[in-house]
Amino acid sequence: MPKLPKLPKKLPAPPLPAALQAPPPRPSEGNGKRGPIEDAKEAGISVVDWVDERTSLSGAGRWLMFRKVPKGTNWFYTLGSATMFAFLSQAVTGVFLAMYYRPDPAGGAYESIRHVTNEVFLGQFVRGMHKWGSSVMVILVFLHMGRTFFFGAYKYPRELNWVIGVVLLILTMVMSFTGYLLPFDQRAYWATIVGVNINGTGPLIGPYLSDFLRGGGEFGATTLSRFYAIHMLLIPGLLAALIGFHLYLVAKLGTTAPPWSKAEERRELHEAEV
Amino acid sequence: MSDKHAKHKSKYTADRMIPGAFEGETVTRRRFMTGTAHTAGGIAAAAFALPALGFALGPIFKSTPHHWETVGPTSQFNEDNYVPVTFTLTPGIGEAGKTTAYVRKFNPKIDTDASDKDSRYIAISSRCAHLGCPVRWVDAAERFICPCHGGVYDLLGRRVGGPPVRPLDRFYTRVEGESVQVGPRFSVNSELKRFSPRDPGEPLDGVGQYLYPSRPSAQKL
Repeated sequence: MPKLPKLPKKLPAPPLPAALQAPPPRPSEGNGKRGPIEDAKEAGISVVDWVDERTSLSGAGRWLMFRKVPKGTNWFYTLGSATMFAFLSQAVTGVFLAMYYRPDPAGGAYESIRHVTNEVFLGQFVRGMHKWGSSVMVILVFLHMGRTFFFGAYKYPRELNWVIGVVLLILTMVMSFTGYLLPFDQRAYWATIVGVNINGTGPLIGPYLSDFLRGGGEFGATTLSRFYAIHMLLIPGLLAALIGFHLYLVAKLGTTAPPWSKAEERRELHEAEV
Repeated sequence: MSDKHAKHKSKYTADRMIPGAFEGETVTRRRFMTGTAHTAGGIAAAAFALPALGFALGPIFKSTPHHWETVGPTSQFNEDNYVPVTFTLTPGIGEAGKTTAYVRKFNPKIDTDASDKDSRYIAISSRCAHLGCPVRWVDAAERFICPCHGGVYDLLGRRVGGPPVRPLDRFYTRVEGESVQVGPRFSVNSELKRFSPRDPGEPLDGVGQYLYPSRPSAQKL
């Protein structure tokens, strides 16, 4: 008896002609009644449609969100997003801390921080988020950088994204440095003195850079407000813009496969084996 | 390539067969409008960017006025040991603007350096010449010792150990009636030669004084 090819246990049903198929239920007809949930859904859809018709943003959204990712993508690939969420957390808590903070070196700065920590409802929590979050962000930046380095993800065509990433790392460090002074306690003051003087040891431009940071030859009345402005206006704007460009390049160029995943074998070989 | 250079293009638009060209015109109206728009944009951007930049960089070029602070009566100080005094270096910011100096009377046996001849009082800044932490005078060791990174200085403020790159800074002193006054800061190199104040961490020996130039914001008397 000739060997027959093995058939699947259950054969698929032949497709019905279109005319015999039952039409799918319309949302408005479901049980003949429209509940408030259907109404809400409809309203949401029409609002999104209204915006999309005028901006075509859904295409950009699909382009950004629905990307092809290589095989072997794993948890290490979430470090970049984790860093971004650390930044967002810093931005949000920072905005709310700015509502209470006073950059006054003659005692007001320290007093306002004491007020936030001890008296404001949830103040200690929000300040703690910002204070510890800054360390978390620096650690995540380095882990993300390490992932990129060890996976070889900085190579062509992604060199520019590495360069932007290094600038982002430096800006994050500047944020840490300028934010450290703001509580204006003993530790903040002396750490800033030492930090600015380390800056000054750069030959030729170092002394002028120190003067720029301090707003003069000595730690003075404008040093704290300078650091505050750099910390909450100048650098965050740059950071946000560069994070945007960093993300754009990630979406445009795609992510790399991990170095241990092998390239797909060629199709002909598969067929030759059969 | 040789073609391009061989055929010399006329500078007149009319000769270059550009539609609508006027007689004697060398710049097309399109080019002129583009240039005008770019120039106007550049002027508008410079109008806010340059003042803002000058505003931020201004303090680098501004010289701070010298002022003198009374630190105590002449009877308070002696020739043999330092007396710490705290005075306001930067007015207007409360405690953060104060600094400490170690003051003693001029002692011809110790202060043999020529440039110290005119000062009747020696005031040594407590700002460490490594990175600016406050040093303290330790009587038992007869040394200035920095708590941060272990800088050690002798009686005259010269480095004897640790990372500092030059001796401790000093302040000008003068006597007004019966009280001692402390004035602007100055830095010294390892031979106690006087220089305009430098920030900590900036050596003044050899090429140091040129690598770390004096700044308008900090000048000696």
